Amino acid sequence: MPLYHNDDQAMLKDSVAPFVAEQAPVSHLRKLRDEADATGFSRDLWTQFTEMGLPGMLVPEAHGGLGMGHMEAGIVLEEIGRNLTPSPFLSTGVGAVAALAKAGGTQAGRWLPAIASGEAIVALAIDEGAKHRPDRIATTATRAGNGFRLDGKKSFVLHGHVADMSIVAAKTDGGITLFAVPKDAKGLTADPRRLVDSSLASHVTLDGVEVDADAVIGEVDAGGEILDALLAATRTGAAAEMVGVGQGAMDMTVTYLKERKQFGKLIGEFQGLQHRAAHLYGEMEVARATVMKAQQLLDEGSEGAKLMVSVAKAKAGRAANLAVREGVQMHGGIGMTDEYDIGLYMKRDRALAEFMGDVHYHIDQVARMNGY
Amino acid sequence: MSDLDAFRAEVRAWLEANCPPEMREPIREEGDVCWGGRNWVFKNDAQKQWLDACVSKGYTVPDWPTPYGGAGLTPEQTKVLKQEMKRINARSPLDSFGIWMLGPALLQFGTEEQKVHYLNPIARGEIRWCQGYSEPGSGSDLVSLQTFGEDKGDHWVVNGSKIWTSYADKADWIFCLVRTDKTNKYQGITFMLFDMASKGVTTKPILLISGNSPFCETFFDDVEVPKTQYVGEINRGWDVAKYLLGHEREMISGGGAGGDMVSIGGAFAKAFGKNAAGELDDPILRAEMAAFDTDVFAYRAMGERFMDMWKTGRAHPASSNMMKYVGTELNKRRHELVMSGGGSEALEWDSEETKGGARARGWLRTKANSIEGGTSEVMLNVIAKRILDLPGA
Ligand SMILES: Cc1cc2nc3c(=O)[nH]c(=O)nc-3n(C[C@H](O)[C@H](O)[C@H](O)COP(=O)(O)OP(=O)(O)OC[C@H]3O[C@@H](n4cnc5c(N)ncnc54)[C@H](O)[C@@H]3O)c2cc1C
Ligand SMILES: Cc1cc2nc3c(=O)[nH]c(=O)nc-3n(C[C@H](O)[C@H](O)[C@H](O)COP(=O)(O)OP(=O)(O)OC[C@H]3O[C@@H](n4cnc5c(N)ncnc54)[C@H](O)[C@@H]3O)c2cc1C
Repeated sequence: MPLYHNDDQAMLKDSVAPFVAEQAPVSHLRKLRDEADATGFSRDLWTQFTEMGLPGMLVPEAHGGLGMGHMEAGIVLEEIGRNLTPSPFLSTGVGAVAALAKAGGTQAGRWLPAIASGEAIVALAIDEGAKHRPDRIATTATRAGNGFRLDGKKSFVLHGHVADMSIVAAKTDGGITLFAVPKDAKGLTADPRRLVDSSLASHVTLDGVEVDADAVIGEVDAGGEILDALLAATRTGAAAEMVGVGQGAMDMTVTYLKERKQFGKLIGEFQGLQHRAAHLYGEMEVARATVMKAQQLLDEGSEGAKLMVSVAKAKAGRAANLAVREGVQMHGGIGMTDEYDIGLYMKRDRALAEFMGDVHYHIDQVARMNGY
Repeated sequence: MSDLDAFRAEVRAWLEANCPPEMREPIREEGDVCWGGRNWVFKNDAQKQWLDACVSKGYTVPDWPTPYGGAGLTPEQTKVLKQEMKRINARSPLDSFGIWMLGPALLQFGTEEQKVHYLNPIARGEIRWCQGYSEPGSGSDLVSLQTFGEDKGDHWVVNGSKIWTSYADKADWIFCLVRTDKTNKYQGITFMLFDMASKGVTTKPILLISGNSPFCETFFDDVEVPKTQYVGEINRGWDVAKYLLGHEREMISGGGAGGDMVSIGGAFAKAFGKNAAGELDDPILRAEMAAFDTDVFAYRAMGERFMDMWKTGRAHPASSNMMKYVGTELNKRRHELVMSGGGSEALEWDSEETKGGARARGWLRTKANSIEGGTSEVMLNVIAKRILDLPGA
């Protein structure tokens, strides 16, 4: 497989890019923010997404989806990133679908069709502290009655307060088990917080939440592999979205360099800025290729995927961060204003960089996977 | 099984049968690289055997057409061949400026006769070429070059001097930029080919900070070049030169094979020892190496994408400048870490254990990566203007 979009993928991009740009440009985010919208995204927009089949892209055809791959999902995520579109696509359409499809069984049969039809929003309740440490899950699931009793606290749960179901990672006697916890479960509370990028993420408390045995996603104690699938998909997706954020910021900045005059010249004529813009371009291209490589390896089910996913999350994190920092700086004073969009890119980048492991976390993973 | 899978199986079997074990070792010293040419002395039988085997299959230049010594492989097949060679750590059978630079330029601009005449000996490693571009006064601003070819009817008489001519003293022929019209800066340069044994050509080695001297100053004193020995059109050599530089950058940036860009942290962990958690025992160096390795894996993905796009005409023409910039800066960073990881041992300059200070010399040599073939600053200028379309001064 060559590392560029084939004709079908290019066609997908040609339909998704204008759609997102028209229906959910940055002004869409501003509107939700200014109205202090309590959902965190637009239900109408999600309906439109559903009409285009987007939430079900990764859902296997047998469950009513399109059975596409990470490469295709990445195309959508890049546009979401470029337009700073608030949407549950990443957690619902990518992370949750990856876990459910991997696990199969009752929960897959129940939730995958609901995701594909746009009825269900799913949240990912993995992290428990300020930093992403999926190997340190302390939430417990103990056997009780016909099922389990869940106790613990989760943090950074995007869309947790509106999700129809949350995928909860918990410790069981012999390992990690994932549970599908429905919205109305007794003892489940989600306390949404507004983040720097205006999105809403919840602190979730599980206080003696009782679930049936069939709430288990996959098998008891065997959630590790499913969690890995969820993480790989979500991290790669977040990386693709960051490429979009970085690209959006870079495009804005390069355009500005061609318009703004100081010292009687367009500021884009100054070599000091040209070189930095060119360096940024190089970093963005490397990040883009890396993310595509990770998508490709995931789609092939390759052994090398795990390493490349961490490389992609780290590299996209670095490149997008450079893009937003240079973006604000090269806009000068106007870049510091709320009115101007570049600052919004900086905020979204910060949140995505933190989601599912920051740059340092993933660089550390690269070292571990290489034995040092 | 797809055709490509069948091809892979065939290549794998062929390599198994034909690549000698000695040629599956990393390059350790200068003599391990086979450059070919009239005066080439093979380091050992295996080096010759491997070259001969590849020549007979057209595998020294796999994507060139068969009439010119290639194997006529498609881009996909070429990629498979490279992957399979890399899988067994096979050394390149033949390295040459003829393959990397002149060959592609001839394929693009040469006449049919020239292709047959010049490409076959390149593919077989019989003629070693050097590049005569830079002059003492014309480096980054190459188009200001002054070496002049006076029109004498059926030949030119060339006078002037070149500098930094890599391996000019070992090369058989030179591809050279010569001014043939003083009134037109860009459209007054001709791309000429001539034998380094011609009367009036002399070379003088230049010693580098690495203690080696692969470069020369090259002087032309009334050198006669027949009017048949130019590529493209007379006075339009700049077009050929630019095209060729694209390939040179591709080569320097390791875009083709991914270079020797492999993980370095693992290797140094042994030297440093590990802590109780199994981590390299210097947390700051570990972090730097891991960050570097991350960039290397990322760059390799970029190299693959670049090649896929370049070979199918999808890449921006100036994207080779970007590859060159990113790749060479990365390679310099690599060697800084190699020195840092090597500690005092890496400082040894000529001891036997260090293979004659290979690490230190290699480190110093890499500093040229961001100078040769166009400096990083010039690459950034090109990216800014041609890709980002920023206003030009
Ligand atoms: C928080 C804040 C507080 C401020 N407070 C005050 C105040 O109290 N009083 C006041 O008068 N002003 C104030 N300013 C304005 C401030 O001094 C200007 O923003 C600053 O001088 C930059 O000018 P500019 O915003 O027009 O950017 P521009 O001059 O348009 O610069 C845009 C970009 O181009 C770059 N650039 C411009 N010229 C060149 C060049 N020749 N070579 C290379 N790069 C170049 C800049 O570095 C920048 O990255 C404030 C600004 C901010 C953000
Ligand atoms: C190891 C090595 C091998 C080489 N092999 C060959 C060869 O085989 N054949 C051949 O013909 N040449 C060869 N060269 C020459 C090489 O192409 C030149 O050295 C290179 O193009 C730079 O030119 P220069 O050395 O004259 O530097 P200069 O052009 O004098 O540059 C000096 C500094 O100024 C900077 N600079 C120059 N112009 C600009 C600008 N517009 N904007 C910003 N910064 C600028 C440069 O980036 C550099 O940092 C080789 C060089 C090296 C080091």
